[in-house]
Amino acid sequence: MADSSPLKTPLFDWHEANGGRMVDFAGWLMPVQYTSIVEEHQKVRNGVGLFDVSHMGRLAFDGPKALPWINTVATNDAAKLEPGKIQYSLLANDLGGLIDDILVYRLDKGYYVVCNASNRDRVVAQFAEHQEGFKATLADKTLETAMIAVQGPSAAATLQPLVNVPLDGLKYYHVVAGRVSGEVEALISRTGYTGEDGFELIVPGPEALKVWLALLDSGSAFGVAPIGLGARDTLRFEAAMPLYGHELSDSIDPFAAGVGWAVKLDKGDFVGAEALKQQQQNPGSKRIGLKLDGKRIARQGATVTSDDRTLGTVTSGTFAPTLQQSLAMALIDPEFAKPGTKVVVDVRGKAEPAEVVPLPFYKRPKV
Amino acid sequence: MDPKNLRYAPTHEWIDVEGDTAVVGLSKFAVDQLTDLLTIDLPKVGDRLTAGKSFGEVESVKSVNDLYAPVSGEVVEVNQAVVDDVQVLSEDPYAKGWLVKIKVDDPADAGKLLDHAAYETKIAEDEH
Repeated sequence: MADSSPLKTPLFDWHEANGGRMVDFAGWLMPVQYTSIVEEHQKVRNGVGLFDVSHMGRLAFDGPKALPWINTVATNDAAKLEPGKIQYSLLANDLGGLIDDILVYRLDKGYYVVCNASNRDRVVAQFAEHQEGFKATLADKTLETAMIAVQGPSAAATLQPLVNVPLDGLKYYHVVAGRVSGEVEALISRTGYTGEDGFELIVPGPEALKVWLALLDSGSAFGVAPIGLGARDTLRFEAAMPLYGHELSDSIDPFAAGVGWAVKLDKGDFVGAEALKQQQQNPGSKRIGLKLDGKRIARQGATVTSDDRTLGTVTSGTFAPTLQQSLAMALIDPEFAKPGTKVVVDVRGKAEPAEVVPLPFYKRPKV
Repeated sequence: MDPKNLRYAPTHEWIDVEGDTAVVGLSKFAVDQLTDLLTIDLPKVGDRLTAGKSFGEVESVKSVNDLYAPVSGEVVEVNQAVVDDVQVLSEDPYAKGWLVKIKVDDPADAGKLLDHAAYETKIAEDEH
C-alpha cells in the first residue's frame, strides 16, 4: 500500500465518541472493545450485538464471464450458486497455499466477494493475475460502502422492523437486495461468524451511521450493544470458525484445517488444483479442539506433545467466556485427533495437561 | 492507598515505600487496559526482584503481560488473595489488590520513579 496511514470506517467517529478502544487492525482503526470482551461476548450469546465489519473487503464482479473467472480463481464450485445464494470458498496459490477464505455472493446481476481485510490486496491481485480471457470487471467497493453485522438470538427481531424484506424468507447463507431505514439500499445477508443467528448489511458508506443508530434503537428492547473485535474473536473461536492467520494460512492445507469440503477437485481446472489434489491424498495433520485443565491460555504457536513426542501446534487459544474454560484449537498428528486423547501443551515453558475435545466448542441451542 | 502518594514505573507498577519495605501493585490504568483478567503468577517469598526485570505475569482474555519490578529487593510477602482470585486486583488495585511486599535494597531507588503527576502525563500520552 502506498499510503500507510490507517483507514477509518464511516463509523469511526461514533466508535471513538462511544468508548470504543481503537486499535490498528489490518491497516484499519477498529474498536477492539467498548466495555469488556466477556461482557460483549455474552450480549451476543444472550441478546444481540452490532459489529462494524466495514474493514472486510467487498469486491463486486460483473460481466458475462464473471462466473468462469471466479471459478478459475476460487476452490469451491461457484457454478452451483443460484441467484441469492452465498458460498464459502478459498483462494489458493499454485502451490496449494491459501491466500484467503472468502464468501461468494451470487446476486441477481453479478457477484460479490467478501474477503478478509488483511488479505484484500492479495485477493485483488490474485484475480487480476488470472483475468486473461475473462470478459468481466472487478470493482473494489470496500472504501465506498460499509458493512454492519447484527448477531445473536434477537438479531432477526432487531433487524426486521427496519427492512422491507421478510427475514423469515431469507435462509442461512442467502442474500437479498432490499432497503433498510426507509430508503437506504442494502445487500442483506444471513451468514454470521459468531455461532449465532445473524445478518449482515452492506450499505453506502455515507448512510452507515444512520443505519447503525436505527439498529441501536430497534435493538434496545433486547439489550443491543456495539461489539468490538475482541469479542468477535472469542465468539468465532467458540464456534470453531477458522480465522485466516491462525487456522488458515499459506502453509496450512485446507484439508488439515477442516475446510477441504470447500475444495471441489472435480469441477474443472482452477488455480492450485494440482497441488491441492496432492494434499488431499497425503493428510499431514488435523484441526482439533483442546480443553486445558487449568486456567492458563495456550496461545498460537504453543507446542502440543504426548510423551515428549511433538504432535503439532496451537492455532488459537482463549478463555471461552460462554463455556468458562481455557480452550484451544490446534493442528496435530491425525493419529492423536480422537476426542478423549490426553496431551500436554507447552504454555510459556510450563507443561499444561489437556484433552482433545470435539469441535465446535459451542453450538447454539436449537429453538 | 492513595494513588497520588505512590511512585510508578513506566510499565505501570506502583510502589509505596515505608522504611526499607515496600508494597508493589499494578495501576488502575493498566488493569483497565487489560480487562477481563484470568490468572496471575507471582513470585514466592524469598525470591529476589531486580529493577526492570519481570517478576510475574498477568493473563487476560486478550493477552499475557509481564509484571516488572519497579525496584530491586527481596519478596517478604505475597498477596495470596489476588492469586486465588484475580478479580481482587481488577476491583481494588490500590488496596486489596496489592501484589507483593518486598524488602528493598535501597529505599532511595523509588524516588527515581515517576510521581503521580508524571505518570498521569505518561498514560495520557500513551492513549494517543
